[in-house]
Amino acid sequence: MANEVFVMINPIWSGLIISGIIISFFTGNFQILTNTIIQTTHDCIDLCISLLGPMALWLGIMEIIKTAGLTNKMSEKIRPITKIIFPELKNFADAREAITVNLTANLLGMGNAATPLGIKAMEELQKINPKKSEATPAMCTLLILNTTGITFFPATMIALRSSAGSTRPAAIMITTFLATIISSISGLIIDRIFRYNRYRSYNE
Amino acid sequence: MNNIIGIFTSLLVPIILLVTLIYGKSKNVDLYDKFTEGARESLKIIFKIFPNLLAMMLAINIFSASGGLEILTDLLRPVLQYLSLPEDVFPLFILRPLSGSASLAYIKTIFDTAGPDSLSGLIASTIQGSTETTFYILAVYFGSINVKKFGYALPAGLAADFISFWAAVILVKLIFV
Repeated sequence: MANEVFVMINPIWSGLIISGIIISFFTGNFQILTNTIIQTTHDCIDLCISLLGPMALWLGIMEIIKTAGLTNKMSEKIRPITKIIFPELKNFADAREAITVNLTANLLGMGNAATPLGIKAMEELQKINPKKSEATPAMCTLLILNTTGITFFPATMIALRSSAGSTRPAAIMITTFLATIISSISGLIIDRIFRYNRYRSYNE
Repeated sequence: MNNIIGIFTSLLVPIILLVTLIYGKSKNVDLYDKFTEGARESLKIIFKIFPNLLAMMLAINIFSASGGLEILTDLLRPVLQYLSLPEDVFPLFILRPLSGSASLAYIKTIFDTAGPDSLSGLIASTIQGSTETTFYILAVYFGSINVKKFGYALPAGLAADFISFWAAVILVKLIFV
């Protein structure tokens, strides 16, 4: 257990706030802090509301295809891949199904579908988690797959470039796509390295 | 090429909906019931992630409004200076995993000063388009299941981000310079 990397939310959270407030006394930014804090609470509500609509839509669709047995079929199809990436889920079909759907949404570039489906997958993984307050390796792997997903069409960026007067706004499509391929592969490799260390430290 | 992908992405949602309903019907699924049952879940999820999201946004916004992000960038500047990349891209390495809106705002200033088709502009666009806001995903995903110990997810996620940033810099230089 000694080698295990434990990152806990508590010290990060309080550390950012305490150091932020102290720094603001030195930089003279403390006057805008009140405003920032109140504005953040409003922004958070806006974000939640804007997440809610698409989330309801995709979870609704998901429930239909799940009941129809399609997710089961999909997850059996890509089982050779999930078996390598998530070896510990051999006997947990529900978790594998949820992960399959989340990864499919990611591959199709449906950002607003991938998030709710990813949360669904996390819930399935939490059901089989022996220590409910700690992330399992499967959860870490799923998270890394979601932060390093492949992007085929960076729509927001292309629109922003175009409005900034770019002569070739879509030029970044190739570099973005290739960069995400590299990030997906390196994400998987990094995940394996962390898992290997964890496994080794358990056996010491 | 652009148009084909554009049409495909704009048709994706209705097509998925159509296929789902036809397939569900063929399997005798009670479509309306199941749809609303699934959709109802979203309320529970938002209910669960709201406090975690608020906590994370508060911490990051306080830190960034205080000027802490700039101090962090300045501290890391000597490290990043070794790597030959345009100086105005530096802050993005730190902003991007923390806050999607802050990095987007920063990219707009790069567009205003250097232009979207400049080397910095292209690198910044590629970085923004190819990576995710790791802290946000962490807060939402782990917050929804109330996990407080993140295992190796944060260091691994940040390491993957750093590699993607590098990939973006190198790819832009290879392809556009």
